[in-house]
Order: sequence, then structure tokens, then C-alpha cells
Amino acid sequence: MKLTLKMWRQSGPDAPGGFQTYVVDGVTDEMSFLELLDVLNEQLVGEGEEPVAFDSDCREGICGSCGVMIDGQAHGPQRGTATCQLHMRLYKDGDTIVVEPFRSAGFPVIKDLMVDRSAFDRIIEAGGFITAPTGSAPDANLIAVPKMDSDRAMDAAACIGCGACVAACPNGAGQLFTAAKLAHLNLLPQGQPERQRRTIGMVEEMENYFGSCTNHRECSAACPKEISIDFIAMLNRDYRKARR
Amino acid sequence: MSAAVSKRPSLYATAVGKKYAMAVSGLILMGYVLLHMIGNLKVYFGAESLNAYAEWLREIGEPALPREWLLWGMRFVLLAAVFIHIHAAYALTMMNRRARPVKYESKRDFVAADFASRTMRWTGIIVVLFVIWHLLDLTWGTTNPDFVKGDVYRNLIASFERAPVAIFYVLANMALGVHLYHGAWSLFQSMGWYGTWRRSFAIGFAAIVVMGNVSFPLAVMFGVIN
Repeated sequence: MKLTLKMWRQSGPDAPGGFQTYVVDGVTDEMSFLELLDVLNEQLVGEGEEPVAFDSDCREGICGSCGVMIDGQAHGPQRGTATCQLHMRLYKDGDTIVVEPFRSAGFPVIKDLMVDRSAFDRIIEAGGFITAPTGSAPDANLIAVPKMDSDRAMDAAACIGCGACVAACPNGAGQLFTAAKLAHLNLLPQGQPERQRRTIGMVEEMENYFGSCTNHRECSAACPKEISIDFIAMLNRDYRKARR
Repeated sequence: MSAAVSKRPSLYATAVGKKYAMAVSGLILMGYVLLHMIGNLKVYFGAESLNAYAEWLREIGEPALPREWLLWGMRFVLLAAVFIHIHAAYALTMMNRRARPVKYESKRDFVAADFASRTMRWTGIIVVLFVIWHLLDLTWGTTNPDFVKGDVYRNLIASFERAPVAIFYVLANMALGVHLYHGAWSLFQSMGWYGTWRRSFAIGFAAIVVMGNVSFPLAVMFGVIN
């Protein structure tokens, strides 16, 4: 199939950006969105042009590197998948696709579709450590964890830190990421000793970069891991309790 | 940890703290708007019933408190709630603008954010303007040519007999309903209380308040009360 791509091109962090239109031919159903970008880049290199810069690593939906706005949706129109798992069978011959980087004060554009997501690392850093004995591995199941709690903690831990929640949020809030990272420790016995300090540290660091949550639920809809906004309610409750 | 605590921003200085303030002030205003609607249902029991209820509102707390003291106390709490709700909303909106200084150039395609959640600012402004007009119309009587202080029943009918006023009341209450549809759900999320009951509660609450309020101008317009 033949597609028209309106790509955001920006040569550097402070350079003015704009859309450039490219036509890519020979796109097959089996290609992923990133492979479409690879085809475009080969075409651009062949023409002696600068290829489009974009992030990618595992290309199997678990690393959280890829992520762009595709037709106004973070990671594109398919629910529960990252950009790398969006396949071209969703599109048909002659479609026009608009591609833009994630936009947030906390995610400055580096080049074209690449953004600097190190604000997420600052939030993780602000969470600090958990107290865990070092040395030989402890016996499995030494600490009993209710099945419900471990399941919910695992649901939260599914977050790959891609930043789609911030990108999709009309307010540019970082709540879903921070809430998921908090919940996967706050729900488990191992996370209890530093629970309050971690919650306060991460929430206040988050507010240095991102907007505030007005409960649009757009984050959860964009999340490739479909993380629930119930974790945001947990963040709100934990922060309230930690500040008491 | 105590040293770190003293350097910490006040709870209201944080965005999460402002959302608690919005939730609590919103809950106070929701309680008021529900009681206001229920009290006004007395209009269906006739002029004496409604006017006696209006007089009773001035007397509550007597003889422990002088006349109208409790009423003024409630008015003060409501005004404080309105002020906090608007201040927090304004401050959070400014923060959210700073959080995305460069807007998306392509058209956003929202999946979950609904009409109510994206228009809170506008439905809120409509409700504030409506409340100001409502006070001018039925509390101070400025915009009501037939106003007689204390005769609530007569004032209400004189006001709603004007069709544009009645239509404005109905439309403003629609905006209130949309605001409550998101707000009455959202406040629980902000406070950290979650469950599937929230949406049903918000729909039920918004529907009850709007149906009650809208019934008054319609009842006057269609001659059910006169």
C-alpha cells in the first residue's frame, strides 16, 4: 500500500520544527509502525536526506523506548499496544498519517520524534531505596503476600515508562506513571518501611515537571499496558496519608 | 525526617493538595445544591409552605443563636468553598498550561476524556454567572420587577413567567448537570476513594439535582403552579 506521512521534523532542541510530507510506497500489512519509519528512512537516505530520528529498542512492547503521537493519539489508534506493536494492517492504501513527538514541558524534544524522558528518572530517583537484606537470596515465600495484592502490584509494575500517559493527558500530567511506580511497591510488604517518604518524594518531584490530574482518564486509554487510573486514586490517598 | 518536613511545601501548595481542596469544597457545594433543590420542592405544597420554609431558614439555630446567625454562617462557608474551588481551579489550569508550553500541532483524538471532563472550566463559569444572576433575581430582586421581599413564592412565579428567564434557568441547570457529572465522580478519585459505584453516584446525583431544579421553571411555564 501507498501511504502519505506528515512527519514532524525538528533538527535540534531549540530549532523551529514543522511538518514535512513524505509518500512511502510498498508498505505491507505485516510491517510495524517502526518498520514503516525504517522504510521511510531508507528512502530518505537514498535521496541524500537526513533520516527521521526516533527512539526504539526492543520492538516487542516491553522496553518503553518507542512512542510517538500518531493521528493525535499516543502510540496510535490501537488500545494496549506500543508504537512498535501497531501494525500497518490497521491502515489502508491512500491513508494519510500525521506523526508528532510527545509534547510536555517535562519531555523536551531532542530531534524530530525523539524526546528526553529523563524527568521520569528523576521521579524514580526521588523515590529512594527500599530496605532489603543483601547477601544470599532469601527463601521464596518467606513473606506471605495476599494473591490480590501481588496481582495488583504486578498490574502496576507492568508500566514500561514510555510516557504515553503524559503525552495523552490534556493537562500533561505524569500521574499514571508515578502512581504505577508507587503502587507496585506500596502494595507489597517489602515496600512498607519507606512508603510515606517514597510517596512524598515522588509526588513532589513529579509536580516539578508535569501538570495536574483532572481525571480525564485519557492516560489509561493510551497506556500500552492498560494501567488503571485506580492507581492514581491510590497515589492521592497515599499522599494524603503521608502528609498527615 | 522532621527537618525535611519543615522545608516541604504546604499541602495546598501542591497540585495534589489543591485537588483535595477542590474535592472538599465541591462536596460542600454539592451538599448545598442538593438541599437547595429539596427545600424548593416546597413550592409544590403552596405559597404558605414555601414562604414558611424561607422564614424558617432565617430562624434556624434560635434561640441558641440570634436570628439569621446560622444562615450567615452557612453563607460564609459557601462563599469560602466557592472561593477555594475557583482559586484551586485557576492555579491548576495555569500549572497545566505550563506543563505543555508547545501544543500539539496535529488534531488530538480523545479516547476517554469526555465532553463533561473537557468543559469543566466553561460549565463552571456558566454556573458562577448563573448564580450571580440568580441572586440578583430571587435574593435581592434587582432584576425582578415584581419583587416583594419575603414572598418567595410570588417572586419565583413572577420571575419564571418570563419565558427567556425560564429558558435560561433550564440551560444553566444543564451546565450544572454536566459539571456535576464529572465533578461528583472526580472528587472521589482525587480523595483516593475508588470503585465502580462512583459513576452511578455521579449520574444519579446530577440527574436528581437537575430534574428537581428544572421542574420549577417548567412548572410555572406550563401553569402547574401559579
